[in-house]
Amino acid sequence: MSDLLTMMWKESKDLLFQRGWKAWILPVFLVGILGVFLPLQAGLQWLELSPIAIFAILWIPFFVIISFIGDAIAGERERHTLETLLASRISDRAILLGKVIVTVGYAWGMALVSLVLGLVLVNLFHGHGNWTFYHPFDLFLEVLVLNLLCCTLGASAGVLISLQSATVRQAQQILGVGTLVLIFAGVLALQALPADFISSLSYSQAMFLFIAVVAVLDVILLGLSLVSFKRSRLIMS
Amino acid sequence: MSEPIIRIEHLSRSFGTVKAIDDLSLEVPAGIVFGFLGPNGAGKSTTIHLLLGLLEPTQGQASVLGFDTRTQAEAIRVHSGALLEFAGLYDRMSAQDNLDLYGRIYRMPASARQARIKELLIHLGLWERRRDLVSTWSRGMKQKLAVARALFHHPPLVFLDEPTAGFDPVAAAALRDDLASLVAREGVTVFLNTHDLTEAEKLCAQVAVIRQGKLLAVGAPDELRGRLGGSHAEIVGDGFTEQMLTTLREQPEVIHAELLNNHLLIELRSESKISPLVSLLVHAGTSVEEVRRGKASLEEVFLTLMEEESK
Repeated sequence: MSDLLTMMWKESKDLLFQRGWKAWILPVFLVGILGVFLPLQAGLQWLELSPIAIFAILWIPFFVIISFIGDAIAGERERHTLETLLASRISDRAILLGKVIVTVGYAWGMALVSLVLGLVLVNLFHGHGNWTFYHPFDLFLEVLVLNLLCCTLGASAGVLISLQSATVRQAQQILGVGTLVLIFAGVLALQALPADFISSLSYSQAMFLFIAVVAVLDVILLGLSLVSFKRSRLIMS
Repeated sequence: MSEPIIRIEHLSRSFGTVKAIDDLSLEVPAGIVFGFLGPNGAGKSTTIHLLLGLLEPTQGQASVLGFDTRTQAEAIRVHSGALLEFAGLYDRMSAQDNLDLYGRIYRMPASARQARIKELLIHLGLWERRRDLVSTWSRGMKQKLAVARALFHHPPLVFLDEPTAGFDPVAAAALRDDLASLVAREGVTVFLNTHDLTEAEKLCAQVAVIRQGKLLAVGAPDELRGRLGGSHAEIVGDGFTEQMLTTLREQPEVIHAELLNNHLLIELRSESKISPLVSLLVHAGTSVEEVRRGKASLEEVFLTLMEEESK
């Protein structure tokens, strides 16, 4: 646990707080879109969590994951800092999980900040005197969980891709293309399902099914990442 | 004699068909700077990786600090420090955060970390810039910081992989001085990979020479010079002739002799005396003004070993 906390401390210092003002460009831009622009455009409908709103809430944190996880793994190898870390007493698992937790936490945190900001702005500029929350509430909770799981999926896939990439740029390019492939595969898979099965599901049930699929993928990819992230293999590469 | 801190027995490591380390056997005593010399690609870095348990040997075994490299690699890494081929510093973090990170990794309490950061950075003259991002530092400063990081948690053994490689002579000498004073103060055993023979000569109590993964020689620099390099003599005078030079070359104690601007340079077999040769020269009519003797440098020993191995 102490090793994990050390790695999380290091990752947050290295990735998030020590790049000066440049570190804030991406989060400010993305929170600006997800927490300000889109909610103000949609008005009260934003709080009804339409499929388009949910897609935006899930999609935007992916940008963050793509940007950071490649840097955290392939970047460390490119800058030759990983080798020194591996020569220390810290465990492979702590190194990997520290990176994944900080990256996922950062992306998910950005989505949460955007949701809160959107809620406040919509109520301030489009409210009718009553304070309206995201509704239905169970769907809102499902969106939060799904967002966390999607961030974990991006991070785990990012680890696997970064381990095979020579540079950060290569990792980010593959992750960018991979994300598009994942979305199209999802759409195709949805179309392949029987129409009467889909129509029999409620919006909330469909979300639950989606959560289950992403959770299974998370377990598989995170497991593969843990197996792949081994000292001897990393030193050889 | 105390137990060796590193014991290597018939260690081999292959990468595909390439044998990076070939039947290496070696013992490193505790409390010294041990130089591991060899040209680029000799297998020096691979040896460090094997000793840290980062790579598994193909054959043979090694123990470091009494721990087996195959089964107790984590214990080896807990009790040793390493500066590998690259400094491996986080450029986007400050110097004190870089050291603090490794203090946390080695589970040092916060107060001990802060005291150690101050102690090492003051000793190396880096304290004033402790809060600057490492990316703004010169290469020499970064390398000093990396040495400090390797020693940060008071390990009894430190691996340094070519710490002065690629430095200009002035920067290399400065880093070497800092390294020597730090090592003496901390009382650690150092396993120093280098191809810089001046560095080895200045810092190391014992050296091993390796080429293409094979151990060629091991011993104290003086011992190797005596055993392998022979000794030199320089005779200054007048009246040297080609015939005299030929006669000299025929003497059993002479390895090589050449004339350079009235300076006769003779390479002697080890322990050979110069006086019979001086008498020979005087009887042949040479006027001898000065005779200087000296031992072969470590560089000459190294080159001799490389030459012999190539043959």
